[in-house]
Amino acid sequence: MKRLLFLVPLAAFLVLAGYLGFGLTRDPQKVPSALIDRPAPAFDLPAVPGLALAGLSNETLKGQVSIVNVFASWCQPCRVEHPIFMRLARESDVPILGLNYKDKAEDARKWLGDLGNPYRAIGYDIEGRVAIDWGVYGVPETFVVDRSGTIRFKHVGPVTPAVLDDMLKLIAQLKRAA
Amino acid sequence: MRGRRFAFAFLCALLPAAAGAVLPSERLADPALEARARVISQDLRCQVCQNQSIDDSNASLAADLRRLVRERLTAGDSNEAVLAYVTQRYGDYVLLRPPLRTDTILLWYGPFGLLAAGLIGAAVYIRRRNPKMAASVAALSAEEEQRLAKLLALEERK
Repeated sequence: MKRLLFLVPLAAFLVLAGYLGFGLTRDPQKVPSALIDRPAPAFDLPAVPGLALAGLSNETLKGQVSIVNVFASWCQPCRVEHPIFMRLARESDVPILGLNYKDKAEDARKWLGDLGNPYRAIGYDIEGRVAIDWGVYGVPETFVVDRSGTIRFKHVGPVTPAVLDDMLKLIAQLKRAA
Repeated sequence: MRGRRFAFAFLCALLPAAAGAVLPSERLADPALEARARVISQDLRCQVCQNQSIDDSNASLAADLRRLVRERLTAGDSNEAVLAYVTQRYGDYVLLRPPLRTDTILLWYGPFGLLAAGLIGAAVYIRRRNPKMAASVAALSAEEEQRLAKLLALEERK
């Protein structure tokens, strides 16, 4: 037994190396959200000026399971994920709500005109203050909010088909739950 | 003299760094509040360029957060209240100095714990080893003693 004692530091090293090795596979850019399972912050955003679409507030979130997507016309990855939302808007009845982050109204209108509008309502956050309350640190960010207005899921970066699958599973579950 | 001049030049070179990324337009008129804002900002991580504080970062989100910190201070928040306000939105990760809690004790004291464990281990090892060595040195058999005496005698005769 005592002879094997020299293996203790080796074992400790292996455990530590395994732990740190696992850490290397994780993306340090992904910050866990402080808002998961917490009610969405109180907010009331006006509509994008010149766009015939409702603004976004806590009232919009109540009573439906929805996707809230933070986007901007100047954001490249938003362009990447946009077709996914367009398709989702066509093929399902999940409401997609937009939060237009630090955008010029004119640019936002043109962007939506060129690429299509998957959003049922868009809040216009020119100052980025509401986005700070939502813990947004880089566009695009996407949230799933349940009927009570509680944030259930957050994804940072463009939504991929795999992420969308996860989101849809969660949404189906949330719809059943209530 | 030359050394002092060099030190002065060196400190001058550091001055721009001391100003951080705070723009003159962001500064508060009240120097006491501004000083507190600087202290708080230096403890908040910029989420965009993660290893910079919002005081150092030129990212637009950092500028927004600097403004937010100053707004909260002007509204009469204590330093702790401002930090809590930001943490509520961005989580503990925004704090460059993680809070001391049961789940972060390992983070704060782990290295000292390892150092202590190492020292104790080394102490135990050294203590155990010494008596053994002393014993093995002392244990010359009668035969060996005789040989030693002979060799020494031989040496003296030379």
